[in-house]
Amino acid sequence: MNALEMQNVGFSYSETEVIKDISFTVKQGEFACLLGRNGSGKSTLAKLVNGLLIPKEGTVKVFGLCSSEQKNLFEIRKRAGMVFQNPDNQMVASIVEDDIAFGPENIGVPREEIKERINYALDAVGMHEFIRSTPTRLSGGQKQRIAIAGILALKPDILILDESTSMLDPQGRDEVMSVVKKLNKDGMTVIDITHYMDEAINADRVIVVSDGRIVKEGTPKEIFSSADEIEKYGLCLPKAAYIAQKLRKNGLPIKGDAFTKEELSEALCELFRKG
Amino acid sequence: MLKDISFGQYYPAQSVIHSLDPRVKLLISIAYIVFLFLVKTFIGFLPLVVFIVLAVWLAKVPVKSVLRSVKGVLFLVIFAAVLNVFLYGASDAEVITINGVALKWWIFSVTKQGLYNAGFMSLRLIMLVLSTCILTLTTTPMDLTAGIESLLNPLTYIKFPVHELALIMSIALRFIPTLSEETDRIINAQKSRGADFESGNIISRMKALVPILIPLLVSAFRRAEELGDAMDSRCYSGSKGRTKYKKLTLKLRDLFATLTSSVLFATVILMWYIPWAV
Repeated sequence: MNALEMQNVGFSYSETEVIKDISFTVKQGEFACLLGRNGSGKSTLAKLVNGLLIPKEGTVKVFGLCSSEQKNLFEIRKRAGMVFQNPDNQMVASIVEDDIAFGPENIGVPREEIKERINYALDAVGMHEFIRSTPTRLSGGQKQRIAIAGILALKPDILILDESTSMLDPQGRDEVMSVVKKLNKDGMTVIDITHYMDEAINADRVIVVSDGRIVKEGTPKEIFSSADEIEKYGLCLPKAAYIAQKLRKNGLPIKGDAFTKEELSEALCELFRKG
Repeated sequence: MLKDISFGQYYPAQSVIHSLDPRVKLLISIAYIVFLFLVKTFIGFLPLVVFIVLAVWLAKVPVKSVLRSVKGVLFLVIFAAVLNVFLYGASDAEVITINGVALKWWIFSVTKQGLYNAGFMSLRLIMLVLSTCILTLTTTPMDLTAGIESLLNPLTYIKFPVHELALIMSIALRFIPTLSEETDRIINAQKSRGADFESGNIISRMKALVPILIPLLVSAFRRAEELGDAMDSRCYSGSKGRTKYKKLTLKLRDLFATLTSSVLFATVILMWYIPWAV
């Protein structure tokens, strides 16, 4: 079964149409990345996934549950957890432990099991030593990991990241992304909404959104091999791919699939060996 | 700004008072305050003073931080005392005379009863502050909220939104440091654009606060909206069908604390019936 199915979805705030006829599916266990510049409608798309917004046209289905039906919302939100941009605005309690307990409390998990879930969630994000800490004293990356743990405690099948790394420093971003990658490896479906190209390289599939429409879809390599086209949508290449492209333009025969730091350095080493 | 409010902020320590159930502490504090207002003589205060001293000693909080809380209301205490001394409104016979000069001018007069009242009122106010201060020094805001929620729980039968109230309280507490940081940031931003908060009379200084308060309010609303989305995403749907992770359980020391304070309160009541104490 598909984890997420969007069919001809349209959405508008009063007069302005933000989402226009979008259809795509995300398979269970997939790491999908939605790319788009500011104002492309990607955050609205995120809110449509877990029923915070209801589509004006078309249908959104999470594991076959249609979000247009009020009675499905609870189940949809239980299965599709969302982490937002600002970690400060997602915490309800002053102690990490109590904050993570908030979700399980809401869905009526018995006390003993809540304790287990807190331990599981904090272990999954590598923050167990902070169980009694105050979120305000933590760094941005740590706070965002706590926010992820708060969602994991609900045991969702889909993790939606709505620009969750955009307020973090590079180190915090790496912290969060390595947690997300690990979760995905263990079977979690991930939908990452971002404008950081370096995050998109890790995805199984990239969906480019521009002006409320899907304009391109494919593996990261497919997307980033046509630099001119993605620039048209206000995006740029990942750093390593950008350097590779520049070098190529200046006459260095770099392989066509050098998109990450590792691949680029590998390609450069190969050139040196050849002389 | 908000950092200056040190009145009764939680002081982390390992003590008997710290580990008491917040409900027990709340109830004892309320009873204590009631007794403060029932007592009519200085001697009657004695058990209550003993109680406070005992509590401070057991709580292992620095006496300095306890006294600092009194400093905060010192102005109020002095103000109340002065009013009591001068405005007792007595007949001429009661006015105190020193070297034949009656201490009386226009509507102001100093009487024995007035002095007595002033002393009494000050003591009462100081004790009131001390008792609430010990409560907040030894109880985390979260525990306090949990205690209040649990104590108000019977009100759910008359459809009073106890859980919602407790949630609002804990969210408010959670956002105090966040908004205080934000305030500092806005103040710095406005200062760097040439805003002046230090000079001018009180009215122009109040006016200077507007460019701080408006952005703060706007941002608070934005935060509230995002928090609402985040809470929705975490399946929040009111108190219905909700379980509680934190459970308050009464322990032996709670019983002991209740007994000790009952003995003290009983002494206070007994003293009403001893003729020389009344």
